[in-house]
This record gives sequence, C-alpha cells and structure tokens, in this order.
Amino acid sequence: MDKWTFGVSVTIVGMGGTLVTLWLLSLVTMALKKIFPPPEASAVSKGATKAGGTK
Amino acid sequence: MIQSILVALSSLGSGGIFLFTQGLPNLVMLIVGGVLLWLAVKKEVEPLLLVPIGFGCLLVNIPLGEMMDKGGILRFFYDVGIITEIFPLLIFVGIGAMTDFGPLFENPKILLLGAAGQFGIFLTLILALVLGFTELEAVSIGIIGACDGPTAIYVTTQYAPQLLGAVSVAAYSYMALVPIIQPPIMRLLTTEKERTIRMPMAQHGVSKTTRILFPIVVTMVTGLIAPKGLPLMGMIMLGNFLKESGVVARLSGASENEIANIVTLFLGLAIGGTMEGHAFLKAQTLAIFGLGFLAICLDTATGIMFGKLMCFLSGGKINPLIGAAGISAYPMAARVAQTQGQKYVKRNFLLMHAMAANTGGQIGSVMAAAMMLSILTGMGLV
Repeated sequence: MDKWTFGVSVTIVGMGGTLVTLWLLSLVTMALKKIFPPPEASAVSKGATKAGGTK
Repeated sequence: MIQSILVALSSLGSGGIFLFTQGLPNLVMLIVGGVLLWLAVKKEVEPLLLVPIGFGCLLVNIPLGEMMDKGGILRFFYDVGIITEIFPLLIFVGIGAMTDFGPLFENPKILLLGAAGQFGIFLTLILALVLGFTELEAVSIGIIGACDGPTAIYVTTQYAPQLLGAVSVAAYSYMALVPIIQPPIMRLLTTEKERTIRMPMAQHGVSKTTRILFPIVVTMVTGLIAPKGLPLMGMIMLGNFLKESGVVARLSGASENEIANIVTLFLGLAIGGTMEGHAFLKAQTLAIFGLGFLAICLDTATGIMFGKLMCFLSGGKINPLIGAAGISAYPMAARVAQTQGQKYVKRNFLLMHAMAANTGGQIGSVMAAAMMLSILTGMGLV
C-alpha cells in the first residue's frame, strides 16, 4: 500500500469512525437521560400521573 | 602518591571538558531545558509537566552523567513507565476522576463537536506522510492534534518511540498555548453575528444513575468498536466511575491527587530524559513542532466549521465559538470560547456549553487514537 492510500484510508475510516462512535454515544446518553430522569423531574411526572389518576 | 592524586583529579571536570569540546548539542539543550523551566516557573505554563520535563532535560544533557544509560535513574523511569505505557494510562485514571461530564448531559448532541475537533489529527497525518515521515511516525505526529498529552505519549511509545521527546513536548506546549493559538482562528472563521449568538443556561440536572452508567456505557461502546483503544478509554472511564459511584472517595481522591501527581513527576522526568542533544536536535524535530502547531490550528478550524453547521441546522441556536472547544485541552479550550463570546456580548455565558464540547473533545481525542490503533492493527502495520 502506498503512503497516499494509507493516509486517505486512515483519515476516512478513523475520522468517520470517530464521528459515528460519538454520535452513537450521544444517542445512548439521551436514552440514559430519558430512562433515568433526575429525581425532581421523575417526582414531578409521578405527581402529575397521580393527580391525573385522582381526577 | 602524587601520581594517583593527579589521576584522581583528572577525572574531575570531565563533564565540563566534554561539554565544551564535543557537546554543542548538549549545550543547546541545556538552554532549552532552562527555557522550559523559566516558562514553567515565571510564566506558569503547564508547570506540573514542564518542571519535571525541563529538569529531566537538564539532567540528561550534562555529559557523562549517564542518567539515560542502562542503570541510570531516568532510564529506569522510562523503562518502567513509558516503555510499558503504564504512566500515561495511570494519568488517564486521574483525568477521568477529575472530569465532570455533567455539562455534556445537558445537550449530548454537543459530543459531535468533540469528534469534529479531531479532524486536524488526520489531516496532519497526511501532511507528515507528504513530508517523508513513515506511516507510524506520521500517526504519532498527527496525534499531537489530540491536544492530549497522555494519548500522544501512549501512541508515540507504541509506534515511534524515537520521536517521543519531540511529540510530547510539542503536545504539552501547544496545549498550554491554546489561549493564544485559538482566538485568531475563531475570529477568522466566524461572523460577528454568529459570535453574538446567545445560548441559554440549561440546568435540567442529571440523575445519579445516568452519571454512574455513562462511563460503563462509553467503555462498552468504544471498546466494542475499537478494542485496541480500550486501555485508553477504559482507564479514563474507570477514573470517572470511581468519582461518580460515590462509594470509593479514597480511590477517586488518590487517582486525581497522589497517583496523578507522582506519575506526572516520573513521566515528566522520563520525557525530559529523551531530550538528549545529539538525538533531539534534528531538522525532524522542527518539522514535528511545525506539524503539531498545524494540527491544533486545523482541529480548531474544523471544530468551528462543524459548530457553524450545527448552528445552521439548529436554526441559529448554537454559537459556533463553542466548536473550538471540541479539542481535548481541558478546561482551557472551554475558557477560551467563553472569553471570546463575552468579548461581543458581555452577558453571554457559553462556558457550560463549551465545557460540554470540551469533555466531548476528551472522549473524541481518545476515540480518534483508539481508531488509529485498531486500524493500524487491522492493516497489519503493527
């Protein structure tokens, strides 16, 4: 493999891979936030559900 | 008797005689070591690193001291901590324990800026190849653009240990110079209107469970994608897990204080030990410094350009200045974005968003290195 091919291949795969991985991580982080909301937020939503149920 | 006294006397001062007869490169490097110490002490430029590096540079350039020869103390530090790659990895545990990913949780999409800020690594790699460096040397030079000392040391130790001194000094020096290097590029690539975009302070909070799971998830995802980079990402996330778990305060404290401090001392001395004049003073070293500078400029530029893209896609809600913080120089790059933003709108608080991009840059730089390690292994080059 010549140097030019090596450089371009590493750049495309390396940079592309880094972008895709971080994009995946951002999705996973958003999912974690949704699944495990902060205590106040979950308390508010539980309260809202409870209030709705009482009605 | 007199004869033996004369023989004994003749052995004294041999270092000085050598220095002024055959030791011109050593003399130059003694001056370089002095400059590094001056920068650290007088200007407070990365003193934690530059003091041991500068002193190591002095020690190794005093002729006939044999500090870096077999049995020498600097050689010992080098063999124990750098050849084995243990020092940079231990530093990573400390960095993980010091890092707060909180700002990133507020807007996880900003992680992408941390990826964009690594583009300079790859462009510099190509430039290094054009300049005639070998493939593995080019990878080690490109990684200066990670703006991340331990990552640069880890990769260079594996692929081009002969460049370790130049690469690590360049990486740490340019990290310290981020506040000088970045602002002109930020002004050049953004319009005044973009620089004045206000970003609201979002403080929704994050659950403890999310904080605890984050390092585990990052380790798993990145480890499965680029397993060869697992030592790097695994150690940084281990440090962060120690901190976020909240049950091992002593281990977390030791990682970010005692262990990090001790290892930094030995690491710096060992790097300084690689700066022996005859080996260090080459045209190649200057080229590495030039390419390293270019790498950081390119990282900044691509981070800002990606910030502009995100600004466009978000309908003008993202200030592109925070794109410059998508490098790993933490937290300096974030502070630069904040300072630049406030030059145009006094009450524009970009810091939290810039911190998010900056922590994204930390993950991005390690990921870029992990990608390179895995790709090179896959190509059969190592």
